[in-house]
Amino acid sequence: MKLKTLLGGALAAAVLTGTASAELVIPTLDYRTGPYAPNGIPFANGYSDYFTLLNERDGGIEGVKIRLEPCETAYNTQKGVECYEKTKNVGSGALVYQPLSTGITYQLIPKVTEDRIPMHTMGYGRTSAANGRIFEWVFNFPLTYWDGATIAIQYIADQEGGFDRLRGKKIALVYHNSAYGKEPIRTLEVMAEKFGYKLLLLPVDHPGQEQKATWLQIRRERPDWVLMWGWGVMNQVAIKEAASIRYPMDRFIGVWWSGSENDVLPSGMAANGYKSLAFHAAGADFPLHKDILKYVYDRGKAVDPGFRDRVGEVLYNRGLIAAVWAAEAIRTAMRIHGTKNVTAAMVRDGFENLEVSEQRLAELGLPGFTFGIKISCANHRGAGKAAVQQWDARAKKWKIVSKYYSPLEDVVWPLIEEDSMNYAKEHGITPRDCK
Amino acid sequence: MFYREAGQFKTSYAADQAIFPIAQDRWFIAALLAVAYVVVPLTADEYWFQALLIPFLVYSVAAIGLNILTGYCGQLSLGTGGFMAVGAYASYKLMTAFPELNLIVVFLLSGLITAAVGVLFGIPSLRIKGFYLAVATLAAQFFLVWLFNKVPWFYNYSATGQITVPEAALFGITLTGPAASPVAKYLFVLATVTALALFAKNLARSRTGRCWMAIRDMDIAAEIIGIRPLATKLTAFAVSSFYVGIAGALMFAVWLGSAEPTEAFNIDKSFLVLFMIIIGGLGTILGSFFGAAFMVVMPIALKNLMVDALGFSTGVAEHVQIMLMGALIVFFLIVEPHGMARLWQIGKEKLRLWPFPY
Repeated sequence: MKLKTLLGGALAAAVLTGTASAELVIPTLDYRTGPYAPNGIPFANGYSDYFTLLNERDGGIEGVKIRLEPCETAYNTQKGVECYEKTKNVGSGALVYQPLSTGITYQLIPKVTEDRIPMHTMGYGRTSAANGRIFEWVFNFPLTYWDGATIAIQYIADQEGGFDRLRGKKIALVYHNSAYGKEPIRTLEVMAEKFGYKLLLLPVDHPGQEQKATWLQIRRERPDWVLMWGWGVMNQVAIKEAASIRYPMDRFIGVWWSGSENDVLPSGMAANGYKSLAFHAAGADFPLHKDILKYVYDRGKAVDPGFRDRVGEVLYNRGLIAAVWAAEAIRTAMRIHGTKNVTAAMVRDGFENLEVSEQRLAELGLPGFTFGIKISCANHRGAGKAAVQQWDARAKKWKIVSKYYSPLEDVVWPLIEEDSMNYAKEHGITPRDCK
Repeated sequence: MFYREAGQFKTSYAADQAIFPIAQDRWFIAALLAVAYVVVPLTADEYWFQALLIPFLVYSVAAIGLNILTGYCGQLSLGTGGFMAVGAYASYKLMTAFPELNLIVVFLLSGLITAAVGVLFGIPSLRIKGFYLAVATLAAQFFLVWLFNKVPWFYNYSATGQITVPEAALFGITLTGPAASPVAKYLFVLATVTALALFAKNLARSRTGRCWMAIRDMDIAAEIIGIRPLATKLTAFAVSSFYVGIAGALMFAVWLGSAEPTEAFNIDKSFLVLFMIIIGGLGTILGSFFGAAFMVVMPIALKNLMVDALGFSTGVAEHVQIMLMGALIVFFLIVEPHGMARLWQIGKEKLRLWPFPY
């Protein structure tokens, strides 16, 4: 009998008898240090601030207080695993994990499945986890890297004047040479065969400071479009290098992790016109942001009080929407199971039955912030969309410049099926029946 | 007082040559092993196993391996991370290609494959020494990681280049994959470490080990008295890589369960293991354990102390921990340039004179 099981047993008994004061334990796996900190900090602040706001303004979710358990991963997979082990049994048990790292996600997928804790990898992680019949505990809505690749190609086709115009075009992918950056390659290759463009693959090694050779190659090859799957310091270096070879910025599109203020500000005016994908709005002009300033920052409750002037940055808003969806999933779990004391398994059900309409977003103080989502048992990525946003260096603002595209399902789903089925075969998983 | 060998008489050469000639040491080690094998599995929780004990043991194997090459044989290597990757990928390929293979055989074969690769990269050591050799092994580090990241066959053509360990059992007990119990993993790694450490200790006291040390101390003189430099250096590379390969295989299959080469086995790993043996003590098996404990457990202990006990914010704690670790490394090396194992030895000598030290 281990100490922890003893404690856990005692706790479970206490919960059953209703003596323990209920709380919702939400670990935050942040990275405020290391080479990826400039991107990790805004996200972590947005994620934490929303939960702090719920505590301060509404007394928690449906009156149950939230307890945040921060842990520093430095974007390092081993530290991420250590953080997971450290936080998973805190209090009444962790309810949901959001590691914000594809590398850590790959480490945690088998672990959360075994420990029965839901994990939400919002727009990152393992794409084929979208298949809920196989990945019961992993959610990656609103959309995946493969969706992102098809949306970028659709946008390019629109700019060129139709899919038939893609034939013979050259598209380069500058990617972070890790699991994250490699994710879209297969999809881009499949589409290259389908639409007849030529794909040029240019890996950039961690942390991404050194890209001279990459951009020399781009100067030599002169691709018509450059796509980028970058993160951290790699993004700003790429934008600087692109400017230095005078590559046209409006033909350079980053994924949604390569389109934040940190990536473009260091290049000043040279970054003007750079584009990236986005699945939500930027800026602090929403009622929710005003509430956050009022209840969190003015009361001195923020985790990072010095961040006040940066509230509303792209990655801050990304952390915010991640927290909004997690809170709504917990609310859904409470509704389905008719109890305020939700467990991790119940929260998983909450994620699986999550529906956040645009109307609900408006109620939450984010009108027009993003599209409505609906998750189902078989489809853990929902039917997300993404638009293209462009950086206006004069106004220092991101502006959405295209319609919201839906992914090319006929390209993406067969790949998801294939990859997830391979995983199921390797790990002896029988797909669930999603009736 | 308590730590005297007075009255302990040796009547044979074997007794005189024992690893622990003093009875008190034997009792201490027996007690330590009893704690490690019996008390810890009964009391520690999952966090201790997964975040502290298993990583510590895995790195101990890697540190012993590098210590054989650098500490005993004097050949500086910066390719440890790359050789760990060879072990990890060898175990992955073996486990996915032959699922029926016994796990012990998998790990031994992974070690042997790494030994072969290590010998290959050790060949230049006959002609180049010191820093130049360090550069050659550095090339091995970058080449091996690049290879595993570049050639899809190594990661079974997965979309992302990640490798994930399949579930495997030994004598009916699941050891790899998420379903394996932390206690089983811990005991398996502990048994491996015990066996490997004992083997390394005896190897270092044998003719082979003495040849290594002769080459380390003065290669010209060693050659003149009839020690063949090539064979000696290559055995050091082989045995060292064997250990490092097993460490890599354990790290991937038992501890982490999945890996991508650019992150799990990058140059930082090589430096980490090198620092372990420098701080622990070059040319000692015990030092490898001290160094591994210091570099693996200390940062986490410091972090937990600052965050949980002192209420630092996580980001600040991480930065302070990095500075503290640096300061501690400098402090220990100033206090005792020969590492913690030497400090331990001095402590024991002082104990023998206690309470009347001079």
